[in-house]
Amino acid sequence: MSLRQQHGAEIDAILARYPQKKSAILALLYVAQDTYGRLTDESIREVATIIDVPPTHVFEVVGFYTLLYDENVGKVVLQVCDDVPCAFCGAEQLVSTLESKLGIQCDQTTPDGMFTLQRVKCLADCNRAPLLQANLDYYRNLDTTEKVDDLLTQLRERIAKNDRISISGRLAEI
Amino acid sequence: MPPITEHVVLRDNDVPNIADLDVYIKHEGYEALRIAVTEKTPADVINVVKEAGLRGRGGAGFPTGVKWGFLPKDVYPRYLCCNADESEPGTFNNHQIIDRNPHQLIEGVALAAYAIECQTAFIYIRGEFAAGALRLEKAIADATARGYLGKNAFGTGVNINIVVSRGAGAYICGEETALMESLEGKMGQPRLKPPFPAIAGLYSKPTIVNNVETLANVPRIVLKGAEWYRKNGTEKSPGTKVFSVSGHVRKPGNYEVQFGTTMRELIYDYAGGMREDRKVKIIVPGGASAAWLTEASIDVAMDYESLAAAGTMLGSGGVIILDETVSAVELAYKMDEFFKHESCGKCTPCREGTHYLVKTLHRLNHGGAQKNDIAKLHDIYNQMAGNCFCLLGESAVVPIRTALKLFPHEFEEALAKSSARHAIPLTLAH
Repeated sequence: MSLRQQHGAEIDAILARYPQKKSAILALLYVAQDTYGRLTDESIREVATIIDVPPTHVFEVVGFYTLLYDENVGKVVLQVCDDVPCAFCGAEQLVSTLESKLGIQCDQTTPDGMFTLQRVKCLADCNRAPLLQANLDYYRNLDTTEKVDDLLTQLRERIAKNDRISISGRLAEI
Repeated sequence: MPPITEHVVLRDNDVPNIADLDVYIKHEGYEALRIAVTEKTPADVINVVKEAGLRGRGGAGFPTGVKWGFLPKDVYPRYLCCNADESEPGTFNNHQIIDRNPHQLIEGVALAAYAIECQTAFIYIRGEFAAGALRLEKAIADATARGYLGKNAFGTGVNINIVVSRGAGAYICGEETALMESLEGKMGQPRLKPPFPAIAGLYSKPTIVNNVETLANVPRIVLKGAEWYRKNGTEKSPGTKVFSVSGHVRKPGNYEVQFGTTMRELIYDYAGGMREDRKVKIIVPGGASAAWLTEASIDVAMDYESLAAAGTMLGSGGVIILDETVSAVELAYKMDEFFKHESCGKCTPCREGTHYLVKTLHRLNHGGAQKNDIAKLHDIYNQMAGNCFCLLGESAVVPIRTALKLFPHEFEEALAKSSARHAIPLTLAH
């Protein structure tokens, strides 16, 4: 099924927000990557057709922005802020804990396809370091191993129930 | 400076649940907008903001009312872009405004749109603020349902349409022309200026770009007047400023204070002093792009003029306080790693310069340094300074230059230590 067949109403609502269709590109790519788990070449071409631009333009945009994934990622993308000041407030410890709990290094995905781990730059929540985003929901003050364990358990339960799983944050918790 | 008696922007501190529309309305919410569209002309709104002396909080500190007056006469449509791409390391006040006082931001956007006669305003919000974007969309929908926004605001026929648009992870999109490129559906790379956005901005139309905190000040200014607003702050930096204080303080957080409050007051009276009573070593007063200060400057007043006189800037208001456990060489590495990661690749001095800064700083920190590495660092930033296409590259010069100036002996020590160690390969993402 095409993107339009699956999400016609949402796509029309997105297009209606902008004076020019091309402006809808990021919002449509978010819909596409949530639908297919990542941005496949086919989905990128579909977005190009919807906004009426050459596919190369959309490929270029996908390569530019860090929240657009054209490679396989897990059901949940964990993004740890390792920037200043987090780097001096426990971020490195948080990265090591996650690497050992998940048995992977940064920029890798667990063999069961559940989690991808990444380092990212400032998430604008520096007073609650160390912190991460899981599918763009914030989890703050992760300064003990127990808190990391609880977080992973909670996320595994959500994945099992398919509860608000959106790598693009379209279903973020408000 | 004495503490403020009421918050102007972070009113969530004084009014619980102000994010709820009914609570916001009960506390004078949307009153400024109602009065503006029913009783005042757009020029009246611009004038009061000018008289208040409100200055842009995004970094440049330019007078907001003056900026609004730059639009060419009789050219329509016009666009307003609220810059909610907050990504400067150490800065998180926009985030709190969006999360806890969203209606005041929405009302500020609506007032600015009315003032500049714009019918469609965009809030360009960083992609990571996914929940924030949903919260703003809900706030807009709630206010529209009451008839405050939309095609017929307060029954006056005034059209105020606000659109929330998410970015997708790129610090450079906080640069105003890159923001507009991104909103137009392209890679977020900055444009050559002139033409300035006021003449040819979004979709080549006259455009005003304002920061979140700037616009969140506007409803109170319009409602309470310029004189009320000027009770806080200094003559040249009137009003309050929300400083994001982070790092090795006991109570990191956002503190809204009068302009002119000293750094010492911010650290010890507001942020609870230093963890474990350690000594302050490095103060980054306005985000990663601001030159560092040391404890010797702790009595500097936090306003645009005083920080400029101290050789740095107020910038984004992101105040990072680091204690003596932090190495200046490592801090310079982390900061330039940030700029390298976020360089858009458009111009050579920034793309290549940040790459070589990071490679050299990595060697100094982790082994395999070469004996001319310190000279090389000076050489690299000197080649970048004044030659980059936009401020991102120019900002990348600041941490390394300031680190070398303030802590030269640490670089010498790092060089000696690192030369004796084997190199660790550096994997550069992107």
